[in-house]
Amino acid sequence: MAGDLRTSALRTTVAGLRATRRRRQVLVLTGMVLVVLVAGTGALLMGAAGLTPGQAIAGAVGLGDKGDVFVVQKLRLPRVEAAVVVGAAFGLAGALFQSTLRNPLASPDILGISTGASLGAVTGTLVLGLSGVALSGLAFTGAGTIALLIWVLAWRKGLHSIRFVLVGVGLAYLCASLIAWIMARSQEQEAAAVLTWTVGSVSDIRGEQLALVAAGTLVLAVAVAVVARTQGPLALGDDNARALGVHVDAARVGALLLAVALVALATSAGGPIAFVALVAPAIARRLVNDGGAALAASAATGAALTLVADVVGQHGLLGVAAPVGIVTGLVGAPYLLWLLATTEKRSR
Amino acid sequence: MTNLRAEGLSLGYDGLKVIEGLDLTLPDGKITAVVGPNACGKSTLLRGLARLHPIDGGRVTLGGTDITAMPRKELARKVAMLPQSSIAPDGVRVAELVARGRYPHQGWFGRHSSDDDAVVATALESTGVAELADRPVAELSGGQRQRVWIAMVLAQQTDIVLLDEPTTFLDVRHQLDLLDLLTELNRDRGTTVAMVLHELNLAARYADHLVVMSAGRIVAEGAPSAVLTQEVVDEAFGLRAQVVPDPVAGTPLVVPVGRFHAGA
Repeated sequence: MAGDLRTSALRTTVAGLRATRRRRQVLVLTGMVLVVLVAGTGALLMGAAGLTPGQAIAGAVGLGDKGDVFVVQKLRLPRVEAAVVVGAAFGLAGALFQSTLRNPLASPDILGISTGASLGAVTGTLVLGLSGVALSGLAFTGAGTIALLIWVLAWRKGLHSIRFVLVGVGLAYLCASLIAWIMARSQEQEAAAVLTWTVGSVSDIRGEQLALVAAGTLVLAVAVAVVARTQGPLALGDDNARALGVHVDAARVGALLLAVALVALATSAGGPIAFVALVAPAIARRLVNDGGAALAASAATGAALTLVADVVGQHGLLGVAAPVGIVTGLVGAPYLLWLLATTEKRSR
Repeated sequence: MTNLRAEGLSLGYDGLKVIEGLDLTLPDGKITAVVGPNACGKSTLLRGLARLHPIDGGRVTLGGTDITAMPRKELARKVAMLPQSSIAPDGVRVAELVARGRYPHQGWFGRHSSDDDAVVATALESTGVAELADRPVAELSGGQRQRVWIAMVLAQQTDIVLLDEPTTFLDVRHQLDLLDLLTELNRDRGTTVAMVLHELNLAARYADHLVVMSAGRIVAEGAPSAVLTQEVVDEAFGLRAQVVPDPVAGTPLVVPVGRFHAGA
């Protein structure tokens, strides 16, 4: 009887812990949405034509001054939406990579997968003149090829191996060189395009392309939600995951394919925006802190991070209007250095 | 009968045979200990039995059914395994880690139900880690952490539990604690336990069924008192030893001879 009472009290403790964790997740998500709302509003108001909040809202819903409507609907709102969508895709992809490979360094931007996607996209747009779905498809081919090469060259050495990262870094350089070569050949003069494919920018994503990337990201996010449950067991180690009934290889390949597709989609629109996929999941995991992959929180953090970085860059807080990738690079690089410095003791 | 059996089982790594044509039946409701020198294939055998290792030949059956013909989740509801290398994710708390043992009982979108909470609570209780429920796993001692992993395995609610060297990083007192805990589970719930152990004398004391392996085959198996003889120890480990009755349990106690201290 006393034992039953104790067990039922314990059951309440267990349920309570679960509820606390749930609340914390919701809190983190809400916080990130607030950041997006504040930064997004700021982005609508700021610029060559300063708007009041009233003018901005009126413009967003198509009322008021025609010029305001154009500025908000055609220029500022798409840029905000693009930053949110692309950032969410990178954040989610990074979280999938890092948790599936159980390595905080194994992020698509560090592994050169974003650069591979960029190479595919550059080839598509500058050499073959593609756009839309075909362009995303080529970006996916580029990203997938890099993923496959890493698998072949580094997989057997183990998930934690620094070799894994070094191979990726090498491949990233290769892709970056090829991108530069293609650009030189095509005599691409437009500075905006050069910046997009080398450092990443969300300033030119609108209309059909924005719709495509948003819809694609949404579909992929739903697919991620379907396979997300395997992430819990996978985090305990391959043997544990198998013992719990997970098809480890299928689960890993499936999650990574979805992540590669997310990277490809985001990169085909915004270029290889540096470090969002690396940093956003790290922040999200730290905030949620439940030992899980923090997939939703990573997507939200990626969106918030990218939008804030774009606002910072766009409005010259660096002294010059800089594309989003430069800002995220400045934030992400120190984190990468810190991670590299501490990673040896983490990975045993 | 839900016997877990290996029938003509062959296992290996990259074409290198570790185990060839091995037959073994884990007796239902008993504790089986597998012992043997390093690299004799005992861990590989356990991993093969739990379907963590690809099978090269022969088969493993559970209640007569080939385990490779079962959905993995179904197998995970019947056979649990605690491997040697288990990773506790950063930030995870005890009850959350234990709750991951519920995975094979949940559907694709299955959330944790209050039934799951009850199972987790019972598992925490019976492994003596109830007070630690909301502590981060990273803060625990080695002995506590191992109990938490056992609790996770219990939350899987299987009739058969396999453990690969569960006592390895524990000091002597915590080794005994853990083996006592497993004995309790076996006696209270009738759980079939099979584990790889390094410590011969503890294996002889705690096992109902002792399996001695060497170079990928079984040298001897049966009741420890019948199996653990001077000859078997010599054959399996290449170790000259005397076997005397354990003054506490009466089970065989292996006393190695060595080169310098004999004849005192």
